[in-house]
Amino acid sequence: MLEAVKSYAASPQMQGLSKFLRKYATSVALVLLLIFNFAVTPHFATMQTLNVNLTQVATIVIVAVGMTLVIATGGIDLSVGSLMAISGALAPLIFLSHFGKTNLALGVALAFVVPVVVAGLFGLFNGWFITRFRVQPIVGTLILFIAGRGIGQVLTNGNLQPFKNPSFQVIGLSRPFGIPVQVIIMVILVVVAAWMLRRTLFGRQILAVGGNEKAARLSGIPVAWVKRGVYAISGLCAGVAGLVVVAINSSSDANLVGLGMELDAIAAVAVGGTLLSGGQATIVGSLLGALIIQLLRYTMLANGVPDAAALVVKGAIIAIAVWMQRRNVAT
Amino acid sequence: MSGIRKSFSGVPALSDAELSIGRGEVHALVGQNGAGKSTMIKILTGAYTKGAGKIEFEGKPIEFASPQEAQRGGISPIYQEINLIPFRSVAENIFLGREYRRNGLLDWRRMNGEAVELLRRFSVEVDVRRPLMDFSTAIQQMVAIARAVSFRARLVIMDEPTSSLDEREVAVLFDVIRQLKREGVSVIFISHRLDELYAVCDRVTVMRDGRTVTTSAMADVNKLQLVAAMLGRDLAAVRERSTGFGGPSGHAGEELLDAKGLQIGRRVRNANVTVRAGQIVGLAGLLGSGRTEIARAIFGADPPDAGTIRLMGKPASPREPSEAITLGVGFCTEDRKIEGIVPEMSVRENLTLALLPRLTRGGVIDEARQREIVDRFIKRLGIKTSGPEQRIRELSGGNQQKVLLARWLCMDPKLLILDEPTRGIDVGAKAEIQSLIKELADQGLGVLMISSELEEIIEGADRVFVLSDGRTVADLARDQVNEPRVMAAMAHGDDVAEPTSVATDA
Repeated sequence: MLEAVKSYAASPQMQGLSKFLRKYATSVALVLLLIFNFAVTPHFATMQTLNVNLTQVATIVIVAVGMTLVIATGGIDLSVGSLMAISGALAPLIFLSHFGKTNLALGVALAFVVPVVVAGLFGLFNGWFITRFRVQPIVGTLILFIAGRGIGQVLTNGNLQPFKNPSFQVIGLSRPFGIPVQVIIMVILVVVAAWMLRRTLFGRQILAVGGNEKAARLSGIPVAWVKRGVYAISGLCAGVAGLVVVAINSSSDANLVGLGMELDAIAAVAVGGTLLSGGQATIVGSLLGALIIQLLRYTMLANGVPDAAALVVKGAIIAIAVWMQRRNVAT
Repeated sequence: MSGIRKSFSGVPALSDAELSIGRGEVHALVGQNGAGKSTMIKILTGAYTKGAGKIEFEGKPIEFASPQEAQRGGISPIYQEINLIPFRSVAENIFLGREYRRNGLLDWRRMNGEAVELLRRFSVEVDVRRPLMDFSTAIQQMVAIARAVSFRARLVIMDEPTSSLDEREVAVLFDVIRQLKREGVSVIFISHRLDELYAVCDRVTVMRDGRTVTTSAMADVNKLQLVAAMLGRDLAAVRERSTGFGGPSGHAGEELLDAKGLQIGRRVRNANVTVRAGQIVGLAGLLGSGRTEIARAIFGADPPDAGTIRLMGKPASPREPSEAITLGVGFCTEDRKIEGIVPEMSVRENLTLALLPRLTRGGVIDEARQREIVDRFIKRLGIKTSGPEQRIRELSGGNQQKVLLARWLCMDPKLLILDEPTRGIDVGAKAEIQSLIKELADQGLGVLMISSELEEIIEGADRVFVLSDGRTVADLARDQVNEPRVMAAMAHGDDVAEPTSVATDA
């Protein structure tokens, strides 16, 4: 009996150590990468480098926030890239329409709100479909992954929509206090989502559903609604990211907006240390994961390594991250 | 075939178990959950390797390294979940892995022809070119048996073959078993339905706690003796009090639960249960008698197909656990790992999982209150943990169970359903949990307790409902409850109007 108590007392410390390693592995990797760049990469320590990297990573992080919540429930959302395309196609349709041109302020306001809401509704559809018909999430979201981009193309007749609308493009180009606006959006989303996951009923229920769905249901947690909620949030995040991308580009191309985004977001989540099987998640980890992938790519580009090689390294990083997760779970 | 004899030592799951089967014999293998039946079978068929002992088949010592090898050697298991491929045709399933070929191509004509012939031997006439999933479970089982026979199996193992069959299909299956017997094929028949054993088996081996308790001819044992052997009860001996329940409580308050005529799938056919405030009501029955299904139906986890449920004096038909919880019902499941704990979460979060909605203001958790409640219950139930933040999977079984009990107790429920509340936990924690249940009942909580341990039911319950094959066969008040009576009801499944006469003939 005494021995049993002792071993219980000892294991949390071991747990603490392993937890510490798991928690800070991504941070350590990021710091090492930064040190390497300060030493090697020319003109690295400039505001411009910082802004370039943050601007490029912002949309991935915004999508990864929603993706983290979905993955926390044990699901996955393949449709985010296509939802970005829909959102990106809708916005210029609204402010370029007759209504948008006659009511300038209202038109721009609607161009911000409507596409995001629509993307959120499509996300809700994902969740409804998955819970109603008990489909695997990878199959359930595959539907909009394919159809979503089609919808975006139909909306625009498959044409490129060029535009110049400074008040809309605030979301991609403005820099309050010298910080790109999408970076501010990114930081706000990360903070709010991390707080939500830790402190709110919804957040804890997300993790309980991912940790043991049967136990969650038998404890009275509305499992189906929790899932619908996270897919809706994932859709909303994709909607915002879609707006940012078209605003930067001054044009909307439903064939290209958000292409491959689902994989970038999943990679960020995986590298960040969130369990792909659900039940454990870290939003800040996903932010760090996205930063590592971004910085790695930048490092190689800035040092003349071809993009093709960069892709291989990106894959290797994901493999290492998943391997470390496995090892941590095993101990 | 001289028979099979195996003995094991040093393996915790099985110690000194043995089993011998004659040629052309239908041999029943029975025992409670965890008695070691499946381990035996898996060792025999090469799915597990044995720790020690020896296996002889047809006079020669054997040791199969894999189920495939066993199959080629003449031993074919047919599992509960039929392991065939539903999308492929009947003939393909029968010849899977050893298809006939002609000039390098599949010889369909020959395979289809032989499949038809094989099935005809068991009086099954189907289109063997249609996919397996088009047919009923019974036919699928026949196909599995035909496959086994086509391997020239000399020993077929059937693990609960009747669990998903209706009565007519069971009759067909029994004909097939008798046909196998005539052809000199031996059968190991595992089932929890005692009537079936008597209908089709020649001899029976009873296992308990990894040991072979007894082997005898079916005709030499009656049902009561079988149940007693499975539960480990000496019919003559009266045990001393050994649980933590203490004396009777006696007082019963208002009605909390009244379920009548419950029917759930094929497992539960006509079950009645009543619980009053301040009462511990025992639900007894063998494995597969429908105990857990009834609990899940009352809790709204799997709504019943027919029957009425009244909760807290009002008609209720919960379709989701959350609805039952709102009415004041709690449910501790049988399987802690699969349906109870969220392993990666802390003791604190597991304990308050159901309570959480009541601990929030505007969706935000009041962590101070949460911590206060968790501390209180850790102290009250004596949960041994390094602290509320320890992960629950690091706790011992008994302490995990206490956390799960606390999950419901902190909800202040009126009715608590406990499915095997003390399974798999050490003796000390067991007595603690039992006395806690008693204490709570004395304070007015209604408890519906499912248990495979007779002691727990007999000493703990104020009223006992006995289930047999999905039917409530006895409703015993505390002063009527004793081991022979409960066992008689479990064994015979009779309408126990005169339970005493049934008990005395044992």
